[in-house]
Amino acid sequence: MRDVEINIKGMVSAHTIIAFSIFIATLMPHFFVENYSVYGTHLAWLYSVSGSVAVVNITIFWLLGISPPTKKHTLSYKVSRLVKSCLHFVASCLFFHLVLVLYGATLLEAPLETFSLAVLLSCFTTLRCLCALGPNVQAWIRVFSRDGAMSIWDTCLQITTAGTLIGTWLGAFPIPLDWDRPWQAWPISCSLGATFGFLMGLLVAPGWIYWHRKQLTYKCK
Amino acid sequence: MKRLPVLAMLLWVCAVFYVGIFLFFGGFLLVRLEVNRSSSCDDLLTPRDEGGRDFCRGEPRFRRAVVLIIDALKIDFARFDARNLAPKPYENKLPVLEEVMSSQPTHSRLYPFRADPPTTTMQRIKGFTTGSLPTFIDVGNNFASSAILEDNLVHQLGRAGKRVVFMGDDTWESLFPKKFHRSLPFPSFNVKDLHTVDNGILQHLYPTMEGSDWDVLIAHFLGVDHCGHRFGPDHPAMADKLTQMDEVIRSVIGRLENDTLLVVMGDHGMTDSGDHGGESLKETDAALFLYSSAPVFPAPGAQAEPEVVPQTDLVPTLALLLGIPIPYSNIGQVLLPLFPQHTGSPGAPPPLSQAEALWINSKQVSRFLETYTQISKDIPAEMQSVLREDFSRISSEFRSSAQRGLPASPELVSSLQGYLSAVRETCRSSWARFHPLKMAAGLAVLAGACALCLAVSELGDAGSLRGPLATGAGLAVGVGVAQLVAGGYSDVSWCLGAFALSSQALFLRRAWLTARGGQSKGGLRELLPQLSAPLLVLLVRCAALMSDSYVIAEGRVATFLLCSLGLYVPLRLNWDGLLLPPADPQKPLGLQPSPSLSPAVVRRESLALLACVAVLAGSLYLSLSFHGCREEQGSCQPSAFLSPLSRLQDSRLRNLHYLLSVASLAAWTYALRRWLRHYGNLNCQAPAVAAARWLLPSVSVCLALHWAVSSTPEESFRSLAQLIGLAVETLPRAAFALLGLGVGLVWLDPLMVFLKPRQPAQPRGPPLPPRYRASTGISPQAELHHLIPQLYQRMRRSLEDDDGPEGGAEGDTRPAVEAYGLGTVYSAPLLLQWGLLGLGLLLLHPEGLALSFLLLLLEAGALLHLHASSTSLGLLQGTHTGEFAVPWTPLVLWALAATQFFHATGHLPTFTSIQWGAAFVGFPKGHTGTLLPATLVTLNTFSSHILFAVGCPLLLFWPLLCEARGGRRGRGSGEEGEDVVMEMRLRERPEQFSSTLLQLAARYLFIHGAQVLASAVAAAILRRHLMVWSVFAPKLMFEASGFVVSSAFLCLGLALVMRVDVAVSRWFKRLLPEQSR
Ligand SMILES: [Zn+2]
Ligand SMILES: [Zn+2]
Repeated sequence: MRDVEINIKGMVSAHTIIAFSIFIATLMPHFFVENYSVYGTHLAWLYSVSGSVAVVNITIFWLLGISPPTKKHTLSYKVSRLVKSCLHFVASCLFFHLVLVLYGATLLEAPLETFSLAVLLSCFTTLRCLCALGPNVQAWIRVFSRDGAMSIWDTCLQITTAGTLIGTWLGAFPIPLDWDRPWQAWPISCSLGATFGFLMGLLVAPGWIYWHRKQLTYKCK
Repeated sequence: MKRLPVLAMLLWVCAVFYVGIFLFFGGFLLVRLEVNRSSSCDDLLTPRDEGGRDFCRGEPRFRRAVVLIIDALKIDFARFDARNLAPKPYENKLPVLEEVMSSQPTHSRLYPFRADPPTTTMQRIKGFTTGSLPTFIDVGNNFASSAILEDNLVHQLGRAGKRVVFMGDDTWESLFPKKFHRSLPFPSFNVKDLHTVDNGILQHLYPTMEGSDWDVLIAHFLGVDHCGHRFGPDHPAMADKLTQMDEVIRSVIGRLENDTLLVVMGDHGMTDSGDHGGESLKETDAALFLYSSAPVFPAPGAQAEPEVVPQTDLVPTLALLLGIPIPYSNIGQVLLPLFPQHTGSPGAPPPLSQAEALWINSKQVSRFLETYTQISKDIPAEMQSVLREDFSRISSEFRSSAQRGLPASPELVSSLQGYLSAVRETCRSSWARFHPLKMAAGLAVLAGACALCLAVSELGDAGSLRGPLATGAGLAVGVGVAQLVAGGYSDVSWCLGAFALSSQALFLRRAWLTARGGQSKGGLRELLPQLSAPLLVLLVRCAALMSDSYVIAEGRVATFLLCSLGLYVPLRLNWDGLLLPPADPQKPLGLQPSPSLSPAVVRRESLALLACVAVLAGSLYLSLSFHGCREEQGSCQPSAFLSPLSRLQDSRLRNLHYLLSVASLAAWTYALRRWLRHYGNLNCQAPAVAAARWLLPSVSVCLALHWAVSSTPEESFRSLAQLIGLAVETLPRAAFALLGLGVGLVWLDPLMVFLKPRQPAQPRGPPLPPRYRASTGISPQAELHHLIPQLYQRMRRSLEDDDGPEGGAEGDTRPAVEAYGLGTVYSAPLLLQWGLLGLGLLLLHPEGLALSFLLLLLEAGALLHLHASSTSLGLLQGTHTGEFAVPWTPLVLWALAATQFFHATGHLPTFTSIQWGAAFVGFPKGHTGTLLPATLVTLNTFSSHILFAVGCPLLLFWPLLCEARGGRRGRGSGEEGEDVVMEMRLRERPEQFSSTLLQLAARYLFIHGAQVLASAVAAAILRRHLMVWSVFAPKLMFEASGFVVSSAFLCLGLALVMRVDVAVSRWFKRLLPEQSR
């Protein structure tokens, strides 16, 4: 039980850092991009957020040592793992792109925007899976079942991923409305929804785990 | 199995829904018949009169007229109050009117101009050109175009040789196509654009006025209306717009000549938020300003002035002032101040006096009333007779005073006015008023019907219907009698409403008590299904019907929701840990481990499920390319597949499209036959099998030939024109006949089962009890893989009771009799009927949509397999109880797919998008009646609703079919390890079978009914929304008609299942050997 509480403290600080990095990433491009605004130069914002979330996530998971223990320490094994992870990441971007297209995003008109959103979603979801579980799809699928979580980080992963996906889904709702707002353009509302959902996930996860710490019984790894 | 109670229950639920829809439409959609006759100068208004002609006599008062229509010019905008020192943006912005009126009081007047609801621009233009009260549906109008067919001012002006020049709102161009001498329409659709139309008019208005190439000039400005919609009246932009209009009026007055009348008018007002459409005074009261360079009005105070001018009154006034006949259907009365009180000065040809104008007007109105009452029963009979007597009394008075040479007395004038007002009021009360009480009652009945469906679906069968029905009927008769006693006549809709409300209230109360009686607590929870993802999706879908944007984008919304729910299925299964085989072998400590649970089986099932999701998503994506376009969707290109092949110019492209269509047709036929063959349903000589074997392909050939013939360009085979004409007529008819024959055969003998005795009759002892297998294959290999030893438990047991141990002593465990196709005995005829129906519906569509129909087949198959796979995954891992009940998820998916393919077959919920070509398939020369074309168009429009409704029972059968894949092996009912009995399982529990069928139908009806309810609520709440007549009302009508069609065909599908059940029972009876009785 104490273990869990210490872990939660770590999680809160980690999440604060990630949220802060998103905030910074929203402001930073002001200094580099002319006429920067979240709506106007949306892709700049999107790449900045994806990049910073990716970097911060990798760093945090590496520092906290949550990544699964590697059995071998040889360099070649590590390199192959890295390559595998990159491949998984690219595959996940393509997968998200496909799903977005199937949901009705046009295949031909705005492929760059769609793919950028896919990259953002991958940074919010797949990258964290990669960091926490390694390039092991079986384990990912296992984590997203009712009693598949094996640590509070797994539960956190469930919550942030669900938050991101639900946020993106809800973000699609304003698109057909005739309000003529700048943020209704594809994919702004969806990427904002994803970011907002992700932030909500970051916020909710430690609290939820804390309140349910009695019910959450994890098997040892 | 209970058959009649289930059908009766279903019919009652449907009837309650129909009553709700009928009640709501009775209050919401006002119907008027159009009279398609025109007035002409030579008309004798009252045949007995010999006093010469009524119209076009003498010199008209004005030769020319300028009509400036400022859309949404509310009366408040036009009034001027000098004492108001701090005017709001919309106040005191038209000072020109006040200046003119005070400086030239006999030249001008300003009146409040009261529009009739619905206060939408198109209806108003119809109103002040025809002089009638247009309702939402003017029957007689063809829906395909919005052109006004009724007699109207523009038509009469054209006939009189006047040159009408129009500029402004392009609605006029669609209402009066090719009627104008010159026309300069500007796009009106974009409400956000305040200036395009107005600036376009201003560019052309003054040059046109200064030229001489016109007699009547109509200019329709839209800026004020759009400004209201965008910013509301209380906004600086409105001040700018009104000031601009002030300048326009000034310049026009400056250019007027003496023979010209200027009319400045608004077509309706606006609410404080800038909208219109309803019936509040703010919306109905527009401004009417009349001006002439010569004095026309009496001095102020010399005569009583009307306080408010109804909008229809403009029509007879303009007609008589310009010397043209009053349009036939006009019910307005002339505006008296514009006519001299007495025909005074001798010498010059006298203009019409007030009394004469009123007299002509009354005769015309009375003639219209006579014509209208002959064709319609809208106007109550006693009202008609009162009006008729009124008119004959007035006319005899008028004639007698005219014979004596006296001018008409003021009393006579006022009684003429009274007559005209009475007619107007009578028509108004029957045409142009919502009935809020009826609408509320309709909504209540609809909501109750939805609750009814929920109760039936959650409780299963809930007792007999006799009590509620008897009470309802009694109450209905009571209401009818009470109305007869109180008012002299009874309104059928209220009797029906009383019947529906009381019977459903009684039923719900009993359901409530049953649920409460069952458990001490949680009665309500028993009645209401838990809020789960599918119901959430349904809720989103219903909420989306409340917003015009979502209704406009409905095709995409349905696709989006379908995709979401489809992807939800595997996610949810994974969350429940059912998608993957349990990873660790030591895990199954909780649930009882079933020995058959091999990871390979689970993995195969999961892969099948994921493949289904992929097929579903793929066909959803592809089906997006068959959508049509609404006019509200600006930059949208309708699908190329929607236009008939014969319109394609490029012959290679045409051939390609044709090949694609024929290929999809062939795929459709092949898939169905392949399925039937796979399950062993094509083996016997039954008529239904013949239908599947021969009719299905021959109908496809008919279709392909028909497409080929109808798409050949006419000029290329001129010599064969006669043959082609004959083929275009006979091929579709042959296809229809074959389809009818096929469906008839299916109903005549739906059993597609082949019985093959395996062993010769044993010479020794009494005959063995027959044992059956529901075989799925025909070849020996297929037998090994698919043969299912089917033992019809009850019957065999009863036989064994008789026969004693011999049955067991028989060493050979192989069944004595094989029955091929018994495992799909229910679904095979249903599927066959589905396929035949699909071909028939495809025939009514443009050729290119064959691809879309193939996608429909694919998607339906994917949905069925998805449902079957998730059921068997649940079953494999022990969480599914083995009940037949179909959960909400597949049903919501199924119903959403119906909506989605409504759009993916090129339909839209607008009247202009109805595919009228369907009426001429097989009848290229047109029809004599209206029933047949209406049926064909309905079948075409709701084809996807029809297919999904008929196929609905397949959702119940499919998981049972798929147990052949190994799903239930070992978990079945059995003493025998391989006892897979597929659909025979349903016969083992007939009670559960019938209640599950009822539940399935109730849930499906609920999903559709909830959508009808939601769109009815949207139409009721938003009845003064800008889009109500263009978006919400058509949507409601399509939703309601879709519901009616769906429910009818759902009942048809269930009836076929019951027909099969009867046939199966008879078949088993025949199999029982006589001796064993
Ligand atoms: Zn208007
Ligand atoms: Zn308007």
